[in-house]
Amino acid sequence: MNFDITEEQQMIKNMVAEFAEKEIAPFAAENDLEEKFPWDIVKKMGELGIFGTVIPEEYGGGGFDYIAHAMVAEELGRVDSSVRGIYSVQVSLVALTVLKWGNEEQKKKYVPRLASGEILGCFGLTEPNSGSDAVSMQATAVEDGDSYIINGNKMWITNGGVADIALIFAKTDKNAGARGITAFIVDTKTPGFSTRDIHQKLGLRSSNTAELIMTDVRVPKENVLGEVGKGFKVAMSALDFGRYTVAAGCVGLAQGCYDVAKKYALERVQFGKPIAGHQLIQEMFADMIVDIEAGRLLVYRVGHLKNKGVPNTREVCVAKLFCSEMVNRVAYKALQVFGGYGFSGEFPIERYYRDARINTLYEGTSQIQKLIIANKDLGISAF
Amino acid sequence: MKIVVCIKQVPSTEARVQMDPIKGTLIREGVESVVNPFDEYAIEEGIRLKERYGGEVTVISMGPPQAREALKTALAMGADKAVLLSDRAFAGSDTLATAYTLSLGIKKLGDIDIVICGKQATDGDTAQVGPGLAQRLNLRQITYVSKIREINLKNRKITAERLIESGTQVVSTALPALITVVKDINQPRIPNIFSIKKATRAEIPVWGMQDLGGDPKDFGFDGSPTQVVRIFTPPPRQGGEIIQGEVPEAVAKLIEALTSRNIINL
Ligand SMILES: Cc1cc2nc3c(=O)[nH]c(=O)nc-3n(C[C@H](O)[C@H](O)[C@H](O)COP(=O)(O)OP(=O)(O)OC[C@H]3O[C@@H](n4cnc5c(N)ncnc54)[C@H](O)[C@@H]3O)c2cc1C
Ligand SMILES: Cc1cc2nc3c(=O)[nH]c(=O)nc-3n(C[C@H](O)[C@H](O)[C@H](O)COP(=O)(O)OP(=O)(O)OC[C@H]3O[C@@H](n4cnc5c(N)ncnc54)[C@H](O)[C@@H]3O)c2cc1C
Repeated sequence: MNFDITEEQQMIKNMVAEFAEKEIAPFAAENDLEEKFPWDIVKKMGELGIFGTVIPEEYGGGGFDYIAHAMVAEELGRVDSSVRGIYSVQVSLVALTVLKWGNEEQKKKYVPRLASGEILGCFGLTEPNSGSDAVSMQATAVEDGDSYIINGNKMWITNGGVADIALIFAKTDKNAGARGITAFIVDTKTPGFSTRDIHQKLGLRSSNTAELIMTDVRVPKENVLGEVGKGFKVAMSALDFGRYTVAAGCVGLAQGCYDVAKKYALERVQFGKPIAGHQLIQEMFADMIVDIEAGRLLVYRVGHLKNKGVPNTREVCVAKLFCSEMVNRVAYKALQVFGGYGFSGEFPIERYYRDARINTLYEGTSQIQKLIIANKDLGISAF
Repeated sequence: MKIVVCIKQVPSTEARVQMDPIKGTLIREGVESVVNPFDEYAIEEGIRLKERYGGEVTVISMGPPQAREALKTALAMGADKAVLLSDRAFAGSDTLATAYTLSLGIKKLGDIDIVICGKQATDGDTAQVGPGLAQRLNLRQITYVSKIREINLKNRKITAERLIESGTQVVSTALPALITVVKDINQPRIPNIFSIKKATRAEIPVWGMQDLGGDPKDFGFDGSPTQVVRIFTPPPRQGGEIIQGEVPEAVAKLIEALTSRNIINL
């Protein structure tokens, strides 16, 4: 077993850390407050090739490995979870999914443009009445000549209001359950496709979350991703990618919480010494350190499995479950270290705390992760 | 245009660096190392010159094997080639021996048009290596450059602005030349993922004493007339006394305090 970071992983980590420090952190508070989508940052990330880190060179990426991919999510998450979310969706849920399921033409058409940030993608699975129970979705796709006509609404879609393409999951056969679902690559400029931004979120306020409204959206058959009826498989494999960067983002965010709390605890004096010197504060720091390191190792183990190309659904769910719960514990403790000052917008911990909350909810709630993990071991599905 | 940039790997200013009280040197093991911050500006300027006038940028560093990382950083930013000068015989070099070793390395690169150094290293802090190197290579030098106005390759002339205490000085000299740069000169770029990939694939040749030729007694400790006698961290400054109260009373107290210490005599 080798725990050493490779030279190229280190270089990617350093580069993204520098980018995050100089180009993201200074604007994060304002973007959060004003719910402003960070177009400038996205543009710069595209120029530096950041979206293409894990994309193979032949599709316009840098050809780095999955651990480097996690490190990008980590470093972005350390300063701004909204930006990390944009990255996760663009790369993990969309680009890697097209790469895995697309035919050569689709891969050539979309992946290089996603890698360069020229186009943005979103992933539309959840609906107003279908969340954890994705198979119960109501969106339909009806064959019509050499097209499909899609009708239905998608809810809570990250990047939904800013994306150029959407991966849309819809029923091509209402009576076939999971086997009746098909995935489509939909151009968001297609007539009948509209969006409605969702505001006043608890966190991720500079990330765009939208409802997608599709009324008779005509999609050419060549835009079916994977095979007809295989959409549920496409969605689940996309989540294997997505949950990985969520977990990595949680490690980064937890590290961000830790870093600001450490700085504060060493400076803030009460009872005649820095609060970092009080035993109960030290306990919180020790707990945070252990939690973050455990999470990071779980993430990198998944990266190792992904690099080898072996199945990793179980391990991804373990990492996603642990890290998403972990970041909430860490954010809670880090904020506690700040005392009343943590409750104000003066320090980034307040934003970090709000941003931590989403992680146990999306890309499968913690309950759903547990059901998948236990099912993999027990062989009995609770769904 | 053939451009050479000299870079030094130094301990990160964020790292808490310990001194070896016996050897009087930095304990470098386990300390995070970075490219000397001033040298990042030197690298950036080298790349900009290449982008402006064409040519090739070679980065060179003398240091332990791990200085390779600093060279890789320069390659990731966009330098074309890198050379590491590394040999046990180079250990203990002072600025004289460092400049000597670097000069041999640069001579081995063949004809060059410009050498760019940082203003100074954040650890050694002497600002001597650049000028020393110019001397060894018999190059004209412009130190503390804040802007390169023009390089005229036909007339072999460089015109640059120097940062001096009272303002800016504009000087011209003939090429080949050596310049040292200050932070005002540019904003170093963040490398992109493609140049990082290229850098990770690059082979960096390592040249030792044998490769450089030269006289063994001019390298490393033997070639270093300066010996660090003692190195220590100055004790932290004690907090001063704050005189509070109404202004007339406070001023009276201040006068008394300064008079009693023989600082003023009214
Ligand atoms: C900011 C944000 C961004 C999002 N981005 C996207 C996106 O880009 N694309 C996308 O498709 N979706 C996205 N989502 C949707 C998200 O994935 C869903 O909210 C999530 O899957 C949960 O679904 P739900 O909200 O319908 O909750 P429900 O499924 O209604 O769950 C409610 C509660 O019941 C629990 N529960 C449900 N079923 C079971 C069970 N069988 N056993 C035990 N407990 C159960 C859940 O754990 C949860 O606690 C996003 C959501 C948010 C808030
Ligand atoms: C703690 C400490 C202990 C030392 N102990 C000794 C000792 O015991 N004996 C001794 O003889 N010397 C010793 N030195 C001196 C050391 O060798 C010098 O740091 C070195 O010669 C470079 O000088 P400088 O750091 O002042 O660089 P500066 O002259 O300030 O650097 C100016 C520029 O020159 C270039 N440059 C400098 N060094 C290099 C390099 N290695 N490779 C490529 N380019 C370079 C860079 O462009 C840099 O920006 C010690 C230094 C330190 C910090």
